[in-house]
Amino acid sequence: MTLVSGWGRFPVVDTEMLRPRSFEAVGEAMASGAVARGNGRAYGDAAIGAARTVAMTAFDRVRSFDPATGRIRLEAGVLLSDLIDTFGPRGFLPFVVPGTRFVSIGGAIAADVHGKNHHCEGGFGRYVDSILLRTGQGETIEASREQNSDAFLATVGGMGLTGVILEATLRLRTVETGWIRERVISASDLDAAMRALDAGDAATYSVAWIDCVARGKDLGRSLIYLGEHAGKDELPAGAAAFPAAKDPGLGVPIDLPSMTLNRFSIRAFNELYYRMGARRAGGSHVVSLYPYFFPLDSLKDWNRIYGKRGFLQHQCVIPENGARAVLGEILDRVARRGDASFLAVLKKLGQGDGILSFPLPGYTLALDFPVKDDILTFLDEIDRLVVAAGGRLYLAKDARQSRATFEAGYPALSRFNAIRKSLDPAGNIRSKLSQRLFDEV
Amino acid sequence: MTSRKSAMVLGGSSDIGRAAARAFARSGYDVALAGRDVAALEPDAADLRARYNVEVGLHKFDVLDTASFESFVGSLPTLPDVVISIVGLLGVQQNAESDLAHATAIMRSNYEGPSLILGLFAEKFLGRGSGTLVGVSSVAGDRGRASNYVYGSAKAGFSAFLSGLRARANSSGVHVVTVKPGFVRTRMTEGMKLIGPLTVEASVVGDAILRAVENKTDVVYVSGKWRLVMLIIKALPEAVFKKLKF
Repeated sequence: MTLVSGWGRFPVVDTEMLRPRSFEAVGEAMASGAVARGNGRAYGDAAIGAARTVAMTAFDRVRSFDPATGRIRLEAGVLLSDLIDTFGPRGFLPFVVPGTRFVSIGGAIAADVHGKNHHCEGGFGRYVDSILLRTGQGETIEASREQNSDAFLATVGGMGLTGVILEATLRLRTVETGWIRERVISASDLDAAMRALDAGDAATYSVAWIDCVARGKDLGRSLIYLGEHAGKDELPAGAAAFPAAKDPGLGVPIDLPSMTLNRFSIRAFNELYYRMGARRAGGSHVVSLYPYFFPLDSLKDWNRIYGKRGFLQHQCVIPENGARAVLGEILDRVARRGDASFLAVLKKLGQGDGILSFPLPGYTLALDFPVKDDILTFLDEIDRLVVAAGGRLYLAKDARQSRATFEAGYPALSRFNAIRKSLDPAGNIRSKLSQRLFDEV
Repeated sequence: MTSRKSAMVLGGSSDIGRAAARAFARSGYDVALAGRDVAALEPDAADLRARYNVEVGLHKFDVLDTASFESFVGSLPTLPDVVISIVGLLGVQQNAESDLAHATAIMRSNYEGPSLILGLFAEKFLGRGSGTLVGVSSVAGDRGRASNYVYGSAKAGFSAFLSGLRARANSSGVHVVTVKPGFVRTRMTEGMKLIGPLTVEASVVGDAILRAVENKTDVVYVSGKWRLVMLIIKALPEAVFKKLKF
């Protein structure tokens, strides 16, 4: 048995870890009580099996690539970082990238991850043409919007509960360069931030960093980052068309004492960060895609900064109507608490693509909290605000929401459950997350 | 036919072999993968073609079938610029202590086969006056330890062979690289207790091999920490060393 956790390092669970090397071996490993795991970047308990966990990272091959169409067929264990490093220099990038590039293709589909362009270009699943799925009852099927479409739509965002994704065909975006033209806008409070995000709807990429310790008239003050793919003619003289990925050399070698992050250190950091950002605001400049899309990837093992007990990320989405009041209330409570981390993100989302996909048209807010004795009660209260506003939580980040919160947030759950049942009548696929939120007890 | 450089990987289906093939293909080499099961190499060949748009050839090669080596080398359509031997067998030390067949397999897979095949390529390379030979040996060959001396002694023999070959080929235009990876997270070491800070991913070894070929390095400890560890282990007096059971 092996102790395993998600990226948040909470909870830590004992599981049998299997590393199959062939699709046949995957089938054998997926006996009852198992779920597939990619690169372990889901924050909570989504990729930990009830009894055993099936690591898919050995499946890291590209099967075929057609430069004429940008279509690529790959095994599910290929990492987005690998895809970007390999095909970026050839002028192709994924349409959608989340905040870390160290996720597997299978994981990106299972969580239907979103990026800074969700408001206008949709989620990762939108650019998946088809998948090779080994269902819970042991069949291997090709699923797409045309063929086995129920299985396809339930697997996109289905958190691995319909089967194991073995391979996928994606469409890649053609780009002239690996650089982003970035424009920073400073917003002095929440109203200004939401207005700036609304005004940024036309931008391909938009996201706000929000200072979650600022209170009173500064509540919700933010820096909004808008971005467009830069053309060759926009690059500084001498710059390579595709920037090199910086190796995450610098790391957090140990668990920092939990007192490292307190309201004073976070406030000092945020003050500095906001002022530096605000100074750059207004103009536009060209930045490498790596720091633009993946600011935290350059700090290896950053999850250790929260100390041994780990941390929880709370990511909710609130429907557009009435979002202002709820977001204000959440931010006020968080600011009064004072221990939410420096990476708080506010962004607009559009319609989701899978049956259980997280996004819905509205605003998503993501906050990190170190695990402390009282945090669960605090977050339960936040959840009540989210549910009352018709919102929901992102399963890929979740480690603790209640069944009631989950069921209220995902009205398509019964349709998902019916499809899952048809693909896995015996209920072989079970994760810690599914036991907590889905499975009959 | 292309005018690109070419690299052949013996043991192409191993994790380090796959990583080395990717590293060379990424930097523009055409690649030949050689292994016992050619069909099993096909997905890796497709991967390299799709990723790097290079030519990939597949060859049947069994490191224990030394009788086939001359015809294997003789039948290659072109002589590669670089040949990398990654083949090897860790085996199980405890079994090898009493099972002669198992001990023989370990010795032949890690010493006899790799040395003979690289020796044959060396003759061709010296005749041509160019080329690089890479042998993946092991830190285990630096000193025989109680826990793995059958494997270690075979690797020691291979390291000595490479060292001698390098000296012989000096200033001939042919270069010989010895790679000592230390702990690598691969299928071979799965289930073993590896020491985190001394352990690297296969891709790190693949990149190190490419760098060593390009920079004409003689002996590569993939992680510098291993050079230090082995320096200390080698310096221990035998009277002390023999009491250690690691």
